[in-house]
Amino acid sequence: MKQFKGRPVVAGKCTAPALVSHGGFNTLASFQGALQFGEIPVLGSKYKQTECDDQNNKDLYRKPMLGKALCLPQTIGSTTGGMVLYCAKALGKSPACLLFSEHIDSLAAAGAILAANFCDEPMVTVDCLGQEFLDYVKDGMQITVDEDGTVTVD
Amino acid sequence: MDYKMTLTPEQEALLNGSKGEAVAKAMKTLVMYGEAFGAEKMVPVTSKMGHLVTSFGLKVMKPVYDLLDTLIEGNALSGQKFSVDPKPLDKNVPASFLENIVFNKLMYSMQGSYDAQLEKLGLLSKDAYTCACYLDEVGNKPEKGEILSWAESSAVVYANSVLGARCNRNSGIIELFGSITGYVPYFGLLTDEGRKATWIVEVNTTKKPEAQVLGSAIGMKVMEDVPYVRGLDKWLGTELDGDACAYLKDFGAATASNGAVGLYHIANLTPEAVEQGESLIAPDAKVYVIDDAELERVQNNYPVMWKNPDGKPQLCFVGCPHLSLAQLNEWTDNVSAALKKNGLKKVSVPTVFTSAPGVVEAFNKTPKAKVLKDCGVVLSYICPLMYMNNPLCKSKNVITCSNKLRTYTTSRYYRSEQILDIITKEVK
Repeated sequence: MKQFKGRPVVAGKCTAPALVSHGGFNTLASFQGALQFGEIPVLGSKYKQTECDDQNNKDLYRKPMLGKALCLPQTIGSTTGGMVLYCAKALGKSPACLLFSEHIDSLAAAGAILAANFCDEPMVTVDCLGQEFLDYVKDGMQITVDEDGTVTVD
Repeated sequence: MDYKMTLTPEQEALLNGSKGEAVAKAMKTLVMYGEAFGAEKMVPVTSKMGHLVTSFGLKVMKPVYDLLDTLIEGNALSGQKFSVDPKPLDKNVPASFLENIVFNKLMYSMQGSYDAQLEKLGLLSKDAYTCACYLDEVGNKPEKGEILSWAESSAVVYANSVLGARCNRNSGIIELFGSITGYVPYFGLLTDEGRKATWIVEVNTTKKPEAQVLGSAIGMKVMEDVPYVRGLDKWLGTELDGDACAYLKDFGAATASNGAVGLYHIANLTPEAVEQGESLIAPDAKVYVIDDAELERVQNNYPVMWKNPDGKPQLCFVGCPHLSLAQLNEWTDNVSAALKKNGLKKVSVPTVFTSAPGVVEAFNKTPKAKVLKDCGVVLSYICPLMYMNNPLCKSKNVITCSNKLRTYTTSRYYRSEQILDIITKEVK
């Protein structure tokens, strides 16, 4: 077990298995398949668990993101990013929480804050966890997040 | 709500509901957004117009439509007119029967009602749908130093870098909130400090680098940092003329989509680099050297997502971001000349050029419109990225010279001269 202290951008408690992206996480590219086709018969069959659709992300491509503790450096790509995260949360297709090794970027911050203000429940978001966090955490490790931004990795 | 930043009495009144609950919630979101970045104040949006990134009426975006309805009902409308990204559909663009059903019935069934929402919120005009809103024919071109509340990564990076305006890489919805409240949090690329370069990029190529590959290489390396690029003025000159602006439009779009660049400086060319020179470079800036081999390496590493990598191209898109009028003229001349040289009358791969509605209208008034049509090329105002965002397109062999389109879709990237070669020769 190891603990890391970050900054709660959207504070809250959360427990979920880790899913790790070592490179920048392209929000639109990752969610576009699940959001557009997740509910459509046949077309959406491979997106039921919000499978990552970003072919450029070797860590996450085709892995399910639903309910995971998404561990990442930052998000990149289209400025629809925040809106996409907000929609994912509102539609029940989002990761359980977002854990950033670096300072959060403007698009992810927008998504997390929009979800906090306009969704029934927030998407817990912690940033500034450090490179050591991203080096240590592996897919499937159990993550527990506390209100004060403490992240425990089992 | 608790907040640390200093608000003016007017800003505080907005936060406390002086203009209604919907505006108050928009203001609250902006304050929280700013506080995540240590913003100490909110500053007025000083540009004449805004620009929104979300132009597509995707059925799945119901949470966004509900939110916009709340804003409209609460009279939380944009205080400035705005342009918006391109529409996803155009009946002139080739699509199969099945694709048309998927597009119109399953995906973009909310397009009409979403367009109506945009009109109520402050859409500039029915022709204001383009990602390149700063083109002369569109008219949303901010002045140097103006504060913007824009989204659309390629437009933001162009406004910051080429026009010298100041805008953060705002997300969709956040940019609308800035236009509604009239304020944005002061941090990042709005500040002098945030506009300092933390990377030096040395361009040491033996020929003019392809804009979209150079931008891709830099974006993937520096991510969201600000690069100061040396050596590009050798190829672009020191005047921001039409050619240089078109190059930087495509270059910037690649930096922003392959990474998260919101501002770049080009030595001796872009406005702040001309004014401030290397004083823009932060201490301890990292260095990235780009030569021919590095560009080759970057392009060769793009994944080929076609089901059959040896298959023939079935569709070609040129114009992501939207082509300028000069680029459209140049492509028309080049395609026409190459077809003639190769003994063909029409392009061998169904090809779509995309540009802003205003540019399309201007182009269609010129004799070149007939030349392009005779070459078999479709000219459209759509967003190719939105067109391709469906599983049916994933089984189609699409080629493009847009690195942004490559990043978000299964399209295969080729440099401009390669695209020209492919579409003007017999497909074997």
